[in-house]
Amino acid sequence: MYTLKFHEDMCAACETHDCLVKCQHMNIDLDTAKIQMENIIKNRDSFVLHDCVTCYACEEYCPNGNHPFYLIVTRQEEHKLFPLPDPIITRGIQVGIPFRGDPDITEMSGPVLNMGVFSSLTRRVKSRLFEGLPIMSEDPRKMFHYFCQLMYLHYGKTSVINDRLEKTIQTIAAHKATEIIHFHDECYGTYTSYASAFGIDVPFKSIHLFEYLYNRLLELKDEIKPLNYTVAYQRPCSSRLSSDKHAYVSKIFDLIGVTEGKRKYVDENAMCCGSTIFSQKKEGSRKYCDNIQKLNIDDMKNANAQICVFNCPACMETIGKAVGKAGIMPLFMSDLCRLAIGEKIK
Amino acid sequence: MTLSEYKYNDIIHRCFRCGYCKFPTDWDDVTNCPSYARYRMESFSSGGRLWLIRAWVNGDIQWSEHLTKIIYSCTSCKNCVEKCPHTFSDDLVNMVVAAKTELIKIGKIPKPVKDFLENTQLYGNPYGISAKKRADWMEDLDIPAYNGHDYLYYVGCDGSFDPRAQKAARATARLLMSAGVSFGILGTDEISDGNEVDMLGEDGLLEYLAQKNIQKFSKLGVKNIITLSPHSYNVFKNKYPDFGGQYQVYHYTQILAGLIKNGKLKVPDTSGISITFHDPCFLGRWNKEYDAPRKIIQSFKGMTFNEMARNRKGALCCGGGAGNFYTDFLGGSDESPARIRIREAVDTRADVLAVACPNCLMMLEDAAASEGSEIIVKDISEIFFPE
Amino acid sequence: MSSILNKLIAVVGEDYASNRQEELFTYSKDLGTAPPQWPEYVVAPKTDKEIQKIVLLANEEKVPIVPLGGGMTLAGLALPLKGGIIIDLKRLDKIIEVNPESRYMVVEAGISNGKVTAHLHNHYPRLMHSEPGAPPAATIGGNLAIHGQGDLAHPYGFNSDMVNGMEVILPTGEMIQLGSCAVGSGWYSMQPLPDLKFFSGWNGTTGIITKVSLKLFPNKKFRDNDLFVVENEELVPEILYELTHLGMTEDLISSSAAIPPLMNKLHHISINIAGDYEEEIEFKRHMVFDVALSKFIRSGTGGIGNLAGEWPRPQVSKSSDWKKGGGFEYVGAIIPVSLYPECYRQGARISEQHDIPYTILGRVIGCSHAMMFSWSYAFNRADEETVKHARQALHETDDLVMNLNGTIWKPAVYGQRLMMDRMNKNTLELMGKIKTLLDPNGIMNPGNWEVNR
Ligand SMILES: Cc1cc2nc3c(=O)[nH]c(=O)nc-3n(C[C@H](O)[C@H](O)[C@H](O)COP(=O)(O)OP(=O)(O)OC[C@H]3O[C@@H](n4cnc5c(N)ncnc54)[C@H](O)[C@@H]3O)c2cc1C
Ligand code: SF4
Ligand code: SF4
Repeated sequence: MYTLKFHEDMCAACETHDCLVKCQHMNIDLDTAKIQMENIIKNRDSFVLHDCVTCYACEEYCPNGNHPFYLIVTRQEEHKLFPLPDPIITRGIQVGIPFRGDPDITEMSGPVLNMGVFSSLTRRVKSRLFEGLPIMSEDPRKMFHYFCQLMYLHYGKTSVINDRLEKTIQTIAAHKATEIIHFHDECYGTYTSYASAFGIDVPFKSIHLFEYLYNRLLELKDEIKPLNYTVAYQRPCSSRLSSDKHAYVSKIFDLIGVTEGKRKYVDENAMCCGSTIFSQKKEGSRKYCDNIQKLNIDDMKNANAQICVFNCPACMETIGKAVGKAGIMPLFMSDLCRLAIGEKIK
Repeated sequence: MTLSEYKYNDIIHRCFRCGYCKFPTDWDDVTNCPSYARYRMESFSSGGRLWLIRAWVNGDIQWSEHLTKIIYSCTSCKNCVEKCPHTFSDDLVNMVVAAKTELIKIGKIPKPVKDFLENTQLYGNPYGISAKKRADWMEDLDIPAYNGHDYLYYVGCDGSFDPRAQKAARATARLLMSAGVSFGILGTDEISDGNEVDMLGEDGLLEYLAQKNIQKFSKLGVKNIITLSPHSYNVFKNKYPDFGGQYQVYHYTQILAGLIKNGKLKVPDTSGISITFHDPCFLGRWNKEYDAPRKIIQSFKGMTFNEMARNRKGALCCGGGAGNFYTDFLGGSDESPARIRIREAVDTRADVLAVACPNCLMMLEDAAASEGSEIIVKDISEIFFPE
Repeated sequence: MSSILNKLIAVVGEDYASNRQEELFTYSKDLGTAPPQWPEYVVAPKTDKEIQKIVLLANEEKVPIVPLGGGMTLAGLALPLKGGIIIDLKRLDKIIEVNPESRYMVVEAGISNGKVTAHLHNHYPRLMHSEPGAPPAATIGGNLAIHGQGDLAHPYGFNSDMVNGMEVILPTGEMIQLGSCAVGSGWYSMQPLPDLKFFSGWNGTTGIITKVSLKLFPNKKFRDNDLFVVENEELVPEILYELTHLGMTEDLISSSAAIPPLMNKLHHISINIAGDYEEEIEFKRHMVFDVALSKFIRSGTGGIGNLAGEWPRPQVSKSSDWKKGGGFEYVGAIIPVSLYPECYRQGARISEQHDIPYTILGRVIGCSHAMMFSWSYAFNRADEETVKHARQALHETDDLVMNLNGTIWKPAVYGQRLMMDRMNKNTLELMGKIKTLLDPNGIMNPGNWEVNR
């Protein structure tokens, strides 16, 4: 069984407790943060375990590279303080069960694109941007064999991740690819952040989609026509696990000639899409979720965004429609890049 | 008798006969399978036909002439493929065509189908007209034989021989000439493209025709083809690559739309005329080209354009596909699909029913006459030349 | 050529009457597990006059006639159990009148539900009828003949409750009218004349419905589909009670299935919320989740599975292909909502015994007055063994319904017999008398509801 490698001494020495102080969803001052963090570390009850909306952001706020969010989730499970109602957890756990046969394992050399559980989006990567990349997990019937499982952080269920992840890693590794570009940011977070925090061995190198896109766009630089749009970027929760790659967002925007409208909810202060908040147990969660979604979209409007750029298909699913209704076109980053090199998007 | 060689033995039982395939896109009526629209017996619906084919293949029912009529009355219009929600839907037309192939193998096909195939084999066209007359459609037009031009203009059997379709062939040629397009034709050397024989299940003859055509095209160095008929467009684009023939293929409406956009073609003035448009199956559902013809019509000066209730991927077939313009299994009734289509066009209050396929042109003009309707059926190319 | 065929051709024309093997084969089967039953003739009339002539002919010749709509019941109800003439009614498909102010429309009974939905959508977007969850090729008449239900069952009940008038051709050929239309006053109400509704639930054994005035209902601009999920089936009736008390939702359907795994042993309650304004939707959603269901959420026993999903009309069902086998059939029962948990448990057990992944569904009818509960069994049409299993499972389920004190809905012949065996003897006798009175020659869909067997 894997356990979290958490450096308690780091927290003891920490002067900012940014993890909790910066939290957008709980109002916590430094003194309270200190006490609550200690409670959590010492495995005592803490209101944080009850009130955390599981947005992942503290994982990024921690200035020491420690893993406050993984710790909170681990403790939620130990104290049986699950953020979601039981049937929603059961449902979530069952979603990830593969049930339509085993995948065909073909050996793939060179860099490979992994669609994870978003096989249905494969048509979106039929593009010059991804030319020459073999694709892993193209078949929606088999996609759960490639499921990175990280979603269960929202469920207070690191045990499920730890039970299943090894098998997924084996499936991916069986393709013998050494470098894997993950279409979904969450997969990248799993293999580069979560796995190492829990001591899970990953025998392949992961490449962030945006890093790949940026480099590929550089190769196609001559073909880029500046798009001249004002855009807003919807940061997904999992991007908090790879904040070193966040810079690629603006680098790509510069390259393809779009500008980010001036926003309140940006970068470190980005707002969660709310994909699981609405169904959390805590009283008022649905309204709270509705409210942050409104604030987020109003902020995009105030920034005069014409396009809302998505990284994560789950965010797109959650607020894409509402974004569209607000007159802002929802688009995946990869699709935006495709537009920039003159491809058509349906 | 059981036909163990029937290619779709492993999936044909999966049709549930639930009938989604009877409808157009917006569920407006159960009559969007042209053969079901004509006969309104379950046996002529897409699902009924599949169940009969399966029964015949399994030996549960015996061959009969009526069975062949049911099978051959499928026009390959692909409405069922569009609407059936199941994962095997892509193969629905293939299942019917494969049954036709089995019928050909045992030599028990309806007479008109036999004639169609024999004529095509012997004369290179279904009408059984001498190949020498194949270039007569040109009349006074002076079109060079293809000789390294930018495009080969492939006219096809209908445009070459049918008096009504010939007019469309000429109109298209005149437009290409007036826009300065560099093109040539095969003239008397042209033979059938093979789309219909393919849809009639004669895959051997398709192969023969495709190989002959490919040889000819290679010898002449053809790279780009403009077709008058969406049927030719379909087979060149989608089937010829299987036989080693790779071409850039265009339906003439795609070329005209481009010429108009680039200001190379003068558009007609259609003020005071209301137009509607009938989507040909082999351009629309088979090749997803719905916009080019509409772009042309919408560029006309002063035009009024109204869609029929069933349009684009929900359009009702004229009933002429898969050789039915010749074999006529769906004719002879006021419920013939072409006549239903005319009534639908009339409902839009259109003066002109525009088409983009010689097959549809023949079918719908006949139907308009049978309906006693005043609507004028015109190929899009003909609208450029007011009488 | 047979004389009956000639006479049929004389009525409908050559194209629409047949005794050829292809038509007989096609109409000898339906979509479910029933073994084939061969008709002798198939005829597809266009008008009620033609139907009357066919009915008179059948009486003369003493041949059975079987009305057929979409043929979608799955339970073999439109198969000619005693041979005879199948009357395919789908050409009887005209829309005669739409009266938006009084919210009704008059249609010929062979019209498909798809056509009605599309017509309203295209021309009267503020109105809707109750479309059953069946494929859209199902007809209005066929659905009424079996007491179907669909959209808006909660709040408005069975589809046969949503009728303002009917025209029926009796088994002896006379045409009758029911409702306000009978006194020539238009098609706006079934009441207040004395009840003569002997046609719904009779499977076409008492007459052929030819015209129907359908009640129409407000079709709001938005119809969101929200999901509420529970693990404990015992909670389902209570939740439905809360929601029907609230009375702010449209359709309420609870379902569970072994496949896909996310449904397994969980109960997904689908809640339709409709509104013309976003505020309206949000207010209703607030009342549903933050008030009526909040205690389940906070205790962690129930949770919101999804919000604002789509609810397309017509519904498209892919259930038949779950086994890649092109077939499924279900037993439907009308039960008190309180029986949901037991129906689910027993259904899962029967499915398991027959190696079929269980699929169940319960649709609330009225204000939790009743529920249509269905147990579906998929089979592979090309594998007789799986068909047998499904058939056996269906019979066991019919028995189960009786044991649980449910009432089988659109029962196949097996279920009809179970119900008649248990029926109040005087009621059964009255059914028999009505049948004899209306159909003295016993020609209407014989084999169904055979009281006098
Ligand atoms: C996937 C699927 C889902 C379904 N879901 C539902 C659902 O949600 N709700 C529901 O109610 N049903 C449902 N059904 C069952 C059935 O399809 C419908 O009830 C359908 O409306 C029946 O209509 P039909 O025209 O197909 O009737 P048929 O099957 O053609 O006929 C039904 C019975 O009525 C008789 N009959 C037909 N027309 C007439 C007439 N005009 N006058 C007198 N008698 C007549 C027939 O002889 C037969 O006994 C479903 C079926 C399937 C396959
Ligand atoms: S072809 Fe598809 S839609 Fe049509 S009846 Fe068969 S399964 Fe149903
Ligand atoms: S291809 Fe067209 S004619 Fe043939 S079965 Fe399908 S819908 Fe009917």
